[in-house]
Amino acid sequence: MADYQHAFADALFDPSKPVPAGLVGPDGLPAGRRFDIYRNNVVVALIEALGDAFPVVRAVVGEEFFEAMAGVYVRAHPPSSPRMMFYGADFAEFLESFPPAAGLAYLPDVARLEYARRLAYHAADEPAADPSVLAGLDPAAISQVQLALQAACHIVCSAHPVHAIWRFNATKDKSPVQPGAEDVLVSRPGDAVLVQLLPPGGAAFLLELEAGEPLGVAAARAAAETPEFDLGASLAGMFAARIVRTISV
Amino acid sequence: MDGMDRGWSELPPKAGVGYKPRHFEDILASPGPVAWVEIHAENYMVDGGPAIAGLKRLAARFPVSCHGVGLSIGSEGPLDAEHLDRLAHLVSWLDPASVSEHLAWSSHGGGYLADLLPLPYDEATLARVADHIDEVQERLGRRILLENPSNYLGFSASTMAEVEFLGAVAGRTGCGLLLDVNNVHVSAVNGTCAAEAYLDVFPLDLVGEIHLAGHEVEMDESGGRLLIDAHNNPVADPVWTLYASVLARSGPLPTLIEWDNDVPEWPMLASEAERADAMLAGCHG
Repeated sequence: MADYQHAFADALFDPSKPVPAGLVGPDGLPAGRRFDIYRNNVVVALIEALGDAFPVVRAVVGEEFFEAMAGVYVRAHPPSSPRMMFYGADFAEFLESFPPAAGLAYLPDVARLEYARRLAYHAADEPAADPSVLAGLDPAAISQVQLALQAACHIVCSAHPVHAIWRFNATKDKSPVQPGAEDVLVSRPGDAVLVQLLPPGGAAFLLELEAGEPLGVAAARAAAETPEFDLGASLAGMFAARIVRTISV
Repeated sequence: MDGMDRGWSELPPKAGVGYKPRHFEDILASPGPVAWVEIHAENYMVDGGPAIAGLKRLAARFPVSCHGVGLSIGSEGPLDAEHLDRLAHLVSWLDPASVSEHLAWSSHGGGYLADLLPLPYDEATLARVADHIDEVQERLGRRILLENPSNYLGFSASTMAEVEFLGAVAGRTGCGLLLDVNNVHVSAVNGTCAAEAYLDVFPLDLVGEIHLAGHEVEMDESGGRLLIDAHNNPVADPVWTLYASVLARSGPLPTLIEWDNDVPEWPMLASEAERADAMLAGCHG
């Protein structure tokens, strides 16, 4: 009976594989259809878990399409850990290369946004830094300051109106979705996860800070890339969203 | 080993429910007969956030049973050390009244299969399961309860009955048992055991907790009834009957109502707990 689990696991995800030898029904005859209960349980459970994690992707493509698409995904990408809240980490990449969804170019970024919300929800509880320490500093010192962001903070950059698509499907705000690129900040300032549209250059600024660049360098790079970048507004937004964990002078 | 003097579990011999976050406010405001709660360990293996905060508030009020669904104790390969570390971390800060897992496997080759999969009951499996439970109990510094599975099929390689196997695991490792009465009924209707005979020989003196749950009725290939352990319905009448027969012999035991899918509003779940509570109050051990 050694190594039957390998054949069992293989056959679970591939209905074309035969039922593993040695499994018997109550009559002592080969188990046949009863093995399909496990096949069904596993795939149904995984599709459901994926739908719970990506409700906006599901809403956009519709129940039937989602189920078929998720069925392909779960067989090709079974979870690597029993922590099912983190299942679907590469669902966005899968969507990028899933031909039937190619017409929905924004879909992978919607999935990235939903996964970022999951990560934010379960991230470590961290205090937010008090911005008043910046008030006593001269401009030269401020430009050298490093701002560390909280683990709950995630930035999703998109060439599509990903915030509006998410907002339209996940909230009561049904104002029309306008075309255009959108960057999104996902954070958890209190008990609830917050999804906010970032101003122009805001994402680049946060990503530079996240990479460890001092405030002056991050601001200069964001402004070089996006002339309308507004440092004051970005800083105010960051502290309002309580995403700064520490301020190192 | 630490904790070996705690008895099979520190849960009160009363009714408990499987905790769902949507019932959080209800369960604190109007617990009814609910005296303890059970969580799925994996749902709390995260760094922080509202799930952990909610559990901490709940644990301040109720004894908690920490029920693992992903340790894959029956795996042919070694236990996932990282997963065992995460369980140990949870158990150390939560200090639950009971820790339990399943006689099943659910991971293979680094992949998680999201179901409790069956084992052949032979000497090789017994040795492996016992080794894994030793490892878990050693790592946690406490005894665990092992739950009997629901079965849809068997293995031609099995050389012992399930109850005999469970008893042997407990004998070798010092672990206790979690008796899922719905699983016994599901397995019996599915033809892999006879419920009364199974319970007649089940070592009730090792049981630290009972599970009651609902199942789904389907049809097998020959048109016969086939039960799926779906936890998506009220506890069925034959399961209450079997439960009564167990209680008549065991006396009161901590009893969980498990409802994991199509989860109802709180009053429905509380009424299931009330029924168990009334039966517990009426039995004398």
